[in-house]
Amino acid sequence: MTAATAALPAPVSASPTLRQFRQAFRRHPTAIAGGIVLLLMILVALLAPWLGTVDPQAVTPIKRLKQPSAEFWFGTDMLGRDVYSRVVYGTRVSLSIGIAVAFFSIVVGLAIGLVTGYLRWLDAIVMRIMDGLMSIPPVLLAISLMALTRASIENVIIAITLAEVPRVVRLVRSLVLTLREQPYVEAAVAAGTSLPRILLRHILPNTTAPLLVQGTYICASAMITEAILSFIGAGTPPNIPSWGNIMAEARSLFQIAGYLIFFPGVCLSLTVLAVNLLGDGMRDALDPRLARRM
Amino acid sequence: MAVVALFVFSLLYLTPGDPAAVIAGDAATSEDIKRIRAGLGLDEPFLVRFGGWVWALMHGDLGVSIFTNLPVTHLIGQRVEPTLALTLCTLLISVLVAVPLGVIAAARAGSWTDRAVMAFSVLGFSLPVFVFAYILISVFSIELGWLPVQGYRNFGENSFWDWLRHLILPSIALGTVYIALIARMTRASMLDVLAQDYIRTAQAKGLAPVPVLVGHALKNAAIPIMTIIGIGIALLISGAIVTETVFAIPGIGRLTVDAILRRDYPVIQGVTLLFSAIYVVINLMVDLSYMLFDPRIRY
Repeated sequence: MTAATAALPAPVSASPTLRQFRQAFRRHPTAIAGGIVLLLMILVALLAPWLGTVDPQAVTPIKRLKQPSAEFWFGTDMLGRDVYSRVVYGTRVSLSIGIAVAFFSIVVGLAIGLVTGYLRWLDAIVMRIMDGLMSIPPVLLAISLMALTRASIENVIIAITLAEVPRVVRLVRSLVLTLREQPYVEAAVAAGTSLPRILLRHILPNTTAPLLVQGTYICASAMITEAILSFIGAGTPPNIPSWGNIMAEARSLFQIAGYLIFFPGVCLSLTVLAVNLLGDGMRDALDPRLARRM
Repeated sequence: MAVVALFVFSLLYLTPGDPAAVIAGDAATSEDIKRIRAGLGLDEPFLVRFGGWVWALMHGDLGVSIFTNLPVTHLIGQRVEPTLALTLCTLLISVLVAVPLGVIAAARAGSWTDRAVMAFSVLGFSLPVFVFAYILISVFSIELGWLPVQGYRNFGENSFWDWLRHLILPSIALGTVYIALIARMTRASMLDVLAQDYIRTAQAKGLAPVPVLVGHALKNAAIPIMTIIGIGIALLISGAIVTETVFAIPGIGRLTVDAILRRDYPVIQGVTLLFSAIYVVINLMVDLSYMLFDPRIRY
């Protein structure tokens, strides 16, 4: 270690696991790159009004379908709206849907999985229902749910969450099934600990690491699902500029205005890529045994 | 499957939109709407409708499309061929590309080939089907003019080549995620097997690297690969819906999208049920195929 780094105050808060985590992260530059891109995207979403954007809904019919230029960085669409502003504001929609779906499906899946993994009589019933839901391909499930309800961001989040929950339940249940056989859980049972306390204090903390990784993958796939739903006209309402909607509107104009699909498409792919890389990095950091394999 | 059927039905039963109002149009009176409702049997209680639906289902009847007035089975029958051609073509390309990629990556773990395959696999996961589809169209159809932009030709209608060239771009677009998934699983599974003692024995007794990889390792690594091929069918199904929209292929995916836009319940029910049934049957076949790869497994 060089003198310069030695002179720095030692990180006091770093517990052994946290230090391992950091070291592993250092070994995975792609994960860091992913984290940086994701952070940039979050900043873009938060700072959208101050990034040289105009009102994403403002219609200027006289400036329809302009190619990208100094005035309109990403060009304008068929109603003369500024695509750059729409893409920047779209970051908000796509990111918030991705994060919301990841959060809710983890919470719901965790609750169901914890209880069913521990209570055998409930397990059989709930898992049959989950198997049934799993046998419908997730995007199809989300599509049919969206066909029923009014198009709104909340409904998109609910539909995608419902499609993702069975997979989280499966993961949590399999974790709980191994954890409940651990000696420390048996010890807790023997000591007369109540069931909720066993679940919350002894089992829940051991599921966080895999769930964190799973959460990033759900976030990535939710953003793609939202784009697919919007693209086929069953997603976010058309007046909200999500990346999927911008591309959906450009569908028929593809041959004359390819940039309408190119910019939101690149943003979406880049963000999903960043989230996936971050997830891979976290998985490697948290599970060194798997890291050598994958 | 019963859960799926109940779920699919109640899902559509609870819809707020009223198809009777859609059919009747703007000028209809409330009597008109009521009459159409009675004609469609929409005014009966939930259990009666569900019972009738299941009974008809057992007889291979998926009901009549509210919008076109044609039987759903007939509508699906008309659209089966393009979707079947597209998915089979994709499946073939994906397995033929992904498995060798995964094997090579595992055989040279840590090399730049391995890194390239893994990088491709992460990219494949991150690129939405339709974005990649449009990139393909703009490069190969619009810039180079090698392949048609959109459309589909029925098999046997024109020359074989004409049929095939309409399928190339859609299959590649649809297959990318699938290839990424299978290649990744193949690599992981192969790495596990390659660490086993019997592989070292085979290498030690002087067998050539390729027979060891294919004959010893791949055969033992096949079960997780088959599993992921089965699970990945879900990706193919949802991808097919999008791909058919982008490439204007008149398949079941396109039927689904149209049905959603028109709130044509029986069609949505039928298609969801059909796709789920296919998914379940394929995964059952995958489970049964384990016996081929591992004689220890008996059912």
